[in-house]
Amino acid sequence: MAGEEDELPEETELSYDQKKEIAKWFLLNAPAGEINYVAKDLKAVLSDEEVYNEAAMEAFPVYNKSHMICLEMPSRDGDVIVSSYSEIAENEYIDPRTAQVAIVDHVKQICTKVRPANDEELPSLYIEEYRNALDAEIQRYVSESYPKGISAVNCVKGKDTEGPGSDFEFVVIITAMRLSPQNFCSGSWRSVWNIDFQDESQVLDIKGKLQVGAHYFEEGNVELDAKKDFQDSTIFQSADDCAIAIANIIRHHETEYLAALEVAYSKLPDNTFKDLRRKLPVTRTLFPWQNTLQFSLTREVEKELGLGK
Amino acid sequence: MEAALGLLRRMPPKQSETALSALLSLIPQHSSDLLSQVDLPLQVLRDIESGKDFILCEYNRDADSYRSPWSNKYLPPLEDALYPSSELRKLEVEANDIFAIYRDQYYEGGISSVYMWEDDNEGFVACFLIKKDGSKSGHGRRGCLEEGAWDAIHVIQVGPEEEGMAHYCLTSTIMLSLATDDESSGKFGLSGSIRRQMKMDLAVAEGHLCNMGRMIEELEGKLRNSLDQVYFGKTREMVCTLRPPAEIVQMRLPDT
Repeated sequence: MAGEEDELPEETELSYDQKKEIAKWFLLNAPAGEINYVAKDLKAVLSDEEVYNEAAMEAFPVYNKSHMICLEMPSRDGDVIVSSYSEIAENEYIDPRTAQVAIVDHVKQICTKVRPANDEELPSLYIEEYRNALDAEIQRYVSESYPKGISAVNCVKGKDTEGPGSDFEFVVIITAMRLSPQNFCSGSWRSVWNIDFQDESQVLDIKGKLQVGAHYFEEGNVELDAKKDFQDSTIFQSADDCAIAIANIIRHHETEYLAALEVAYSKLPDNTFKDLRRKLPVTRTLFPWQNTLQFSLTREVEKELGLGK
Repeated sequence: MEAALGLLRRMPPKQSETALSALLSLIPQHSSDLLSQVDLPLQVLRDIESGKDFILCEYNRDADSYRSPWSNKYLPPLEDALYPSSELRKLEVEANDIFAIYRDQYYEGGISSVYMWEDDNEGFVACFLIKKDGSKSGHGRRGCLEEGAWDAIHVIQVGPEEEGMAHYCLTSTIMLSLATDDESSGKFGLSGSIRRQMKMDLAVAEGHLCNMGRMIEELEGKLRNSLDQVYFGKTREMVCTLRPPAEIVQMRLPDT
């Protein structure tokens, strides 16, 4: 990007590739749920359909996966989450719950059709027992705590394990998004929990990553960007017991995190913000602009106290 | 052009510089419009002669040099440069001194600069700037912030004096970003910018500086409150909409 800054404003045309990279940058940096608004404005600024289309083909899949967008499956049995954990091929994403593979159009952000997943794509019965139990517990948690949350559990390692004796790994995804253009507001919550089932130590190593974003842009532009990593563990038990233990751990950490966010927000007006600008001077009165004598005095005092800058 | 501004409004506020230079290279024919409508975080230069920092902006720039409000000299030195009249310069000097104290009272640190120049309507324009680094390593008194930046740009047009009154038009822009990093809430960052205008007709009896100062103080206060309550408040509301706090969830269960 740095090269472009020097190329103003004479007739130096940007190359096709340079324009494409810029277009991709704008698309990739769109806030959650706003990529289509960005796309519309970008097309107008670019006025070059070819560049836009190529940039979109490259940027949309990356954006969709990183934001873990949810697409409705035409078979009407729910949404499939587009993520790197559920990716089978560039436009194919597996929904483990319904054992289907969704074929998606990244740029249009829709699921065009589904097909049943074949045996190589699905986990073994042993793994599926654990996955299914966990999936059900997580769904229960999500429907209780998130008004519009969607979850999935994907096996990312060891899915062909036939029985005890090997390690395997699941990824739990919880995502919720809200888009309110008439209120100039949007937001997204993304949780990714890695559950590592370790056979030898009979321990489940749990690592979580939460990311929350919000954007408010009525006559202004303000963005929240918050994230946190978590670490926890529990013992390797039966499928049902593991599911309950894991869901409890996730519920506990996420609830605590939300409370911590609330605390951070409540400290803003009187503490955090004060480090930037106070609401009023220490004198608790407005600044005495008309009193120039006071200024000379203040300046003298400040000099004496070594406070002047 | 509208599309360009739309894009800027959606890009992360911390990336506004990158976004602006990308747009400038895509639509160079609109560069003067873009540069005048978009504000970027302020930059600072040291005036070695007076030992103080001053803020750079379009209003103290001539070619590639910038005029220091302390020494009234351009850095790097420039021949045939633009200067305010000696009368206006006197007002400018006073404004810088007083504004520095105002800045200290509200910001407990930071850097400020004031620039003035005559405009075509027999009035003048003044630009009051503040830059504050509120992070732990900067001037943050309470050590709350990992990162904290506040940039304020106040441009005020003063009309000619008529029957003891003058018309003032103030446009204020605040850009800020803050980030905390602690055990319980992890990395928490808020950033953004807003711009508002305020127009008033005031008696010149107490002097222009007094009038301008009061308007700036009032608008700055309003913007600070707006950012805090409305803007940040809306993002907080959004988080609670995505995932309501536990107490509310528990209360809902009996109904479902």
